[in-house]
Amino acid sequence: MRKCSLAVLDNLFAAIAKNATLYIPASDNAGGAKFTKWEEGTQYLDTLNTVKSPKDFFFPHTEDLMEFKVTGKNIELFDIREESEDFVVFGVRACDVKSFDILDRVFLVDPVDSYYASRREHGVIISLACTRPAETCFCTTFGIDASSPMGDISAWKTEDELFLQANTEKGEAILKSVEALTEDCTDEKVEEQKDRIRKIMGKLPLANLTTENFGGGKTKELFDSEKWAELSEACLGCGTCTFVCPTCQCYDIKDFNTGKGVIRYRCWDSCMFSEFTRMAHGNSRLTQLERFRQRFMHKLVYYPENNDGLFSCVGCGRCLAKCPISMNIVKVMKSLGGEK
Amino acid sequence: MQKITRDVLVSKAVSLLENGTVNAVLGWGKGEFVYDVTPTMFETADEIRENFVWNDFCGANFSKYLVSKTKKIEGKILVFLKPCDTYSFNQLLTEHRFDREKVYVVGVPCEGMADISKVKALAGEGIANIDFTDAGLVVTNFYDETKTIAYADVMAERCVNCKSKKHVAFDELLGETGEVISSARFDEVAKIEAMTPDERFAFWQGELSRCIRCNACRDVCPACTCEKCVFDNPNSGAENKAPATTFEEQMFHIIRAFHVAGRCTDCGECSRVCPQNIPLHLLNRKFIRDIDNFYGEYQAGAEVGSRAPLVDYTLDDLEAADVFERREEE
Repeated sequence: MRKCSLAVLDNLFAAIAKNATLYIPASDNAGGAKFTKWEEGTQYLDTLNTVKSPKDFFFPHTEDLMEFKVTGKNIELFDIREESEDFVVFGVRACDVKSFDILDRVFLVDPVDSYYASRREHGVIISLACTRPAETCFCTTFGIDASSPMGDISAWKTEDELFLQANTEKGEAILKSVEALTEDCTDEKVEEQKDRIRKIMGKLPLANLTTENFGGGKTKELFDSEKWAELSEACLGCGTCTFVCPTCQCYDIKDFNTGKGVIRYRCWDSCMFSEFTRMAHGNSRLTQLERFRQRFMHKLVYYPENNDGLFSCVGCGRCLAKCPISMNIVKVMKSLGGEK
Repeated sequence: MQKITRDVLVSKAVSLLENGTVNAVLGWGKGEFVYDVTPTMFETADEIRENFVWNDFCGANFSKYLVSKTKKIEGKILVFLKPCDTYSFNQLLTEHRFDREKVYVVGVPCEGMADISKVKALAGEGIANIDFTDAGLVVTNFYDETKTIAYADVMAERCVNCKSKKHVAFDELLGETGEVISSARFDEVAKIEAMTPDERFAFWQGELSRCIRCNACRDVCPACTCEKCVFDNPNSGAENKAPATTFEEQMFHIIRAFHVAGRCTDCGECSRVCPQNIPLHLLNRKFIRDIDNFYGEYQAGAEVGSRAPLVDYTLDDLEAADVFERREEE
């Protein structure tokens, strides 16, 4: 394990940014935080959650896939891909790190999504242990330890020091490149912090949330539950929950006629939207109840059914904080029998 | 802190439900924490006694829900409306969006609602409890800290600039209704008007570039009740979910602001629900101020059936050239 004083944090960022584009949590000037490209003077913001999750780094909100021009019977194709830049993201929380694993199982299985794969290959994740979880946190429900985040490098921040532990070759390489700024150390202070955080996680109000009633094989039992009507009653059908969610992975691909050619782009989609998965015959989910149910069944039943029991929620709490009507996965789980 | 208590609202709801005046109650339902209340349709007295919430986090405006819920429920729905909500209610009635006979309005006085993000900015994350006391909000957290915060310091922007404590629609009032307030709600608009065009462009670009196109502003807006929004039409060429370019984000919000101009009551729900804290209400307020200046003061929703200046024609109407001239003078 290596450590450095927080006084040299900016030097550390500068050293990392020499070799790759570095993103750190910084103020969005509107009371929130966002991963921001580090430049001389960018202030690190000690925040728990960024408003949008870091999934954008691998699976951007919108992304141009290709461009083509049609002249007569000829189609000319232009390569406009730009996902080959090396980058480092600092300050990713344990829940968000876990979300990459969930996305990997969608995008890196056959047929591999080469856009996503390329970004994963070029990205390095420096995680950061939580020191002040919020009441909306429930990562422990999904077996995530907020005090021991994964990633290429795990980091812990105390009052005055930053501790760094490489977990992968990519992480080793970064630590090596900043060797001059850090020193070897024991993990005593880190273990102390882990103990403290685990105790707090146990005290949080959502600590009694359990996945016992969910998972593969529960489709029939949960799909027909009478609770969905009541739960979705006030849903506005906006896409806030899906767009702040680190694990929502649905997208749409469309062509945009620029007048000079066609840009084929991909953008996030939301199961909450009325035209989601609209096909030639029309739409398969006509009511908000069905669309609402889809979102939670996907996270709590369908995804685990296809992925060895892994749930596609990481308990980051963003949907709890941002839903305009304060309806969220916690309330859904509790209503469907997910409370100890 | 709200002067009227939860008990008063609960007993009113229960008695109207039990004596058969209404078949359902639209109110604020209990969440996991003190502040995460959910708009809820209560259909039994027990549910109301157990889950009805009334506190400083009951900001949600229920007027728009009446469009869909009145079609769903047999008989009448009791709806609790704060003064600002009653303007949206009247505006929807003016637009014939629901049957007035199917609603029983109970007006509740409002002392202003709190914004939880402001509370968290002052008290930090990890809120264990919030008590509403005369001295302010007493916030305790999981880190053994207790903080007393003045109500004024965490009041939602729209409440700081409250335009009216008067209920413009009700069947029954709990407590007392107030007066229309001459608020400072246009100060921020004046500040933006005073900017140079470049500064103004930069201001809105900065704000709108955070937009994630979740459409929450539109979906919550009581003035946005089109059966099918133009932005939800895949054949329109406009993409409703992709913030592809800054231009597109500006298009969406500006088109929406134009569409609700003259009908927007300035209820502030758009800014309340924005996950990115974009001050969307300022676009609408600019339109309200312009309408006031060009056609005389007009408050959408103040009365049912009023003709908004933009859909009314009078011989005194300002000519386009006059508007242009005024701009030249500025």
